[in-house]
Amino acid sequence: MVVENPMASDGLLCADSLSKSFGTVPVLFSVSFSLQAGEVHALIGENGAGKSTLMKIMSGFHTPTSGRIIYDGKPVTLPPNGGAEALGIVLIHQELNLAEQMTVTENIFLGREIAKRCVLDRQEMTTRVVQMLADVGLDISPDTRISQLSIAQKQMVEIAKAMSRNARVLIMDEPTAVLTEAETSVLFKQVNRLRDQGVAIMFVSHKLHEVQEISDRVTVLRDGQWIGTSATEDLNLDDMARMMVGRELSDLYPPVNEPNVDAEIALKVAGLHTKNTTDVSFELRRGEILGFSGLVGSGRTEVFEAICGLIPMQAGAVITFGIEGRFASVAQARDAGIVYLTKDRKGKGLLLNEGMQTNLTLLALPQFANRLMLDRKKEAAALTRAIRRFDIRARDPNVLAKDMSGGNQQKLLLAKVMEANPKIVVIDEPTRGIDVGTKQQIYHFIAALAAEGVSIVVISSEMPEVIGISHRVIIMREGQIAGTVSGRDINETQIVRYAAGLNEEKTHA
Amino acid sequence: MPELAQTEPATRKPNLDLKLYGPAIALVILCIIGFSLNTAFLSEGNITNLLTRSAFIGIIAVGATFVITAGGIDLSVGSMAAAIAGIMIILMNALVDILGTGVLTVAVGAGCAVLLGALAGLANGLLTTKGKIEAFIVTLGTMGIFRSLVTYFADGGTLSLNFDIRGTYRPVYYESLIGVPIPVWVFIIVAISGWFLMNRTTFGRYCTAIGSNEHVAQYSAINVNKIKTWTYVIQGLCVALATVIYVPRLGSASSSTGVLWELEAIAAVIIGGTVLKGGYGRIGGTILGALILTTIGNILNFTDLISNYLNGTMQGLIIIIAVWLQRANWGKSKD
Repeated sequence: MVVENPMASDGLLCADSLSKSFGTVPVLFSVSFSLQAGEVHALIGENGAGKSTLMKIMSGFHTPTSGRIIYDGKPVTLPPNGGAEALGIVLIHQELNLAEQMTVTENIFLGREIAKRCVLDRQEMTTRVVQMLADVGLDISPDTRISQLSIAQKQMVEIAKAMSRNARVLIMDEPTAVLTEAETSVLFKQVNRLRDQGVAIMFVSHKLHEVQEISDRVTVLRDGQWIGTSATEDLNLDDMARMMVGRELSDLYPPVNEPNVDAEIALKVAGLHTKNTTDVSFELRRGEILGFSGLVGSGRTEVFEAICGLIPMQAGAVITFGIEGRFASVAQARDAGIVYLTKDRKGKGLLLNEGMQTNLTLLALPQFANRLMLDRKKEAAALTRAIRRFDIRARDPNVLAKDMSGGNQQKLLLAKVMEANPKIVVIDEPTRGIDVGTKQQIYHFIAALAAEGVSIVVISSEMPEVIGISHRVIIMREGQIAGTVSGRDINETQIVRYAAGLNEEKTHA
Repeated sequence: MPELAQTEPATRKPNLDLKLYGPAIALVILCIIGFSLNTAFLSEGNITNLLTRSAFIGIIAVGATFVITAGGIDLSVGSMAAAIAGIMIILMNALVDILGTGVLTVAVGAGCAVLLGALAGLANGLLTTKGKIEAFIVTLGTMGIFRSLVTYFADGGTLSLNFDIRGTYRPVYYESLIGVPIPVWVFIIVAISGWFLMNRTTFGRYCTAIGSNEHVAQYSAINVNKIKTWTYVIQGLCVALATVIYVPRLGSASSSTGVLWELEAIAAVIIGGTVLKGGYGRIGGTILGALILTTIGNILNFTDLISNYLNGTMQGLIIIIAVWLQRANWGKSKD
């Protein structure tokens, strides 16, 4: 198949008919892409569409199976493993690439320290970093260790680092996936500034409204094929979604059935205090989907990590199905029927170097053992069942978790916690970094579980998601519950007002 | 376009096989070299000798496989063996007046050794988990403590077992059962139990999970501290067992007993394909690793080509080559 691209050779960095296969599995089919100086070019597509692969080829981390890279009008072979940075092509990985135990200054100058006869000129480096941090609007000391920064701050450090390398091409892999809206707008300000300076920016995101906001052109990939490139102003959000998915996405959210207000109370939390949260009290009914909204850092995750025995609880009562008792460990919480699905899929959710089966049964492993001995047939049967039930698409059942797409990892994680047969499921950021099609599936799974009588808490920073699937939404602000909305009051304005502290603490029935 | 991809799977398969069967292939090659240098290498006497000598390091290395798989390390095993041997000898000598020089004394001594091993392992485990100190530091500390204890007990010299008890105890090292020496039987039993525990039980799965990613383990309802502590207790028990069959060999203990055993045990584990930073453990590989290490020393005894004094050099080279072979990507670029 030959894909025509009108601007294949007209740009600073161009991909000309790139194809790539991993083993026998082809993931890119003759894709062309052109990136011009002074533009933000968004690359969108579902998980597994080939975005990451294209990006990595264009920054030298992968070598194409066929096709050419043209940089500055000349065909080039990019040096591997980040060597392309010396040419001015910088990729900012989704998993940021900073040395956690080193300071901001040390990271920014890593590998090109300013030195006089091998003696570091620390003062000069610090001075320059202070300027760079001011440029990106980051108010931290240059001597801070990276491990002490928030994800958003780390990202800004990455950008400062890229700019200090005089990047002509900046490739960003889902930079906004873990940012709040406020942080995103700070990032976009920097992106705009770089564009004005003539930097060519390739931007990958799943958040289409952001793509619309920031990009000049959009290229859509689907199943490794080039679907189209056009000016952003010529596309609306529906067009983009349609091109990505190849079908209409009219019902992203499942119909929310009426909550049963008389259902028994599955979970009651009263006066919960943890390190950063105070006096959190709420109830969750059987079969209810309760949204937890609020800014990142408002304490949503901490509340549920405390309930599930992951972090210490300083005060408060937890009543599960009428039985009072705090859980000292995840195992106790699990046995009482409550499980927590982490938002950190790769760091806390899955064993990346293990296969699906090991991951699937890990939480509920005692169920798969007679005394100590594992029942491997039962484990295998559980995997077959989970693959069918949650539509996990893996090219082979022995695939390692790290080789699965984000969407499939998320489905596997959901399947994993469901193996424990929970009555209450807490899902933290259920669709972070996954594509629209899989999102839709996850929402339907959540709705189906609720319909079966499972109580569900959805912690989410994505406003449409909370609004789309919750029966009731609790908004947290600075470690406290700022308000609760339900029914028709569940809308963006109400939630934002509570999250920003504009509404008084009051509960809508 | 896809036809361009056809070359890769061909290179991938042997790569996998090499990682899995590498230790076995290495052992076979060593045996062929040994046999070609001297046909006596494959004589029954030599094979028996080789297996018996492998038993000590092998048993300790089985324990070390658990510790390493769960992301820990235990440097204290050699010193621990020496300390246990010393205390065991002192105890048995003291019991002569009460219990005589019969089997009962030896049984009490052995039982005490096992208990000491478990306690020493428990101490290592609790200091790492509850004390939140890196395993490397904890076991470096206990390594020094155990070593100095045996020197102290022996007053800088050698602790010798009562001559009559030696007679009673001797068969544990020198006798055979159905043609197989007792230490080898112990080795076989420890190996099979270890394999079963690692590959067929929730405990083994939990060790792997913790070594892979402690956070994931914690979020998956695994009691990380408890499992990690247990790996050190298992290590301690293995050291005790090895010591119980080692003591009758010489009937003595001194400050030079068990020197560098920790490194040989860790080497056996790594040669066998277990990953040093945890998350992947192979008991079968560990057994082969222990056999490979002993075989090298044995071959050097058979030949004048390389001085026997270079045994350490050969072992060191084998360790480095083994890990290099496991790490190499064999023409496949890392994605």
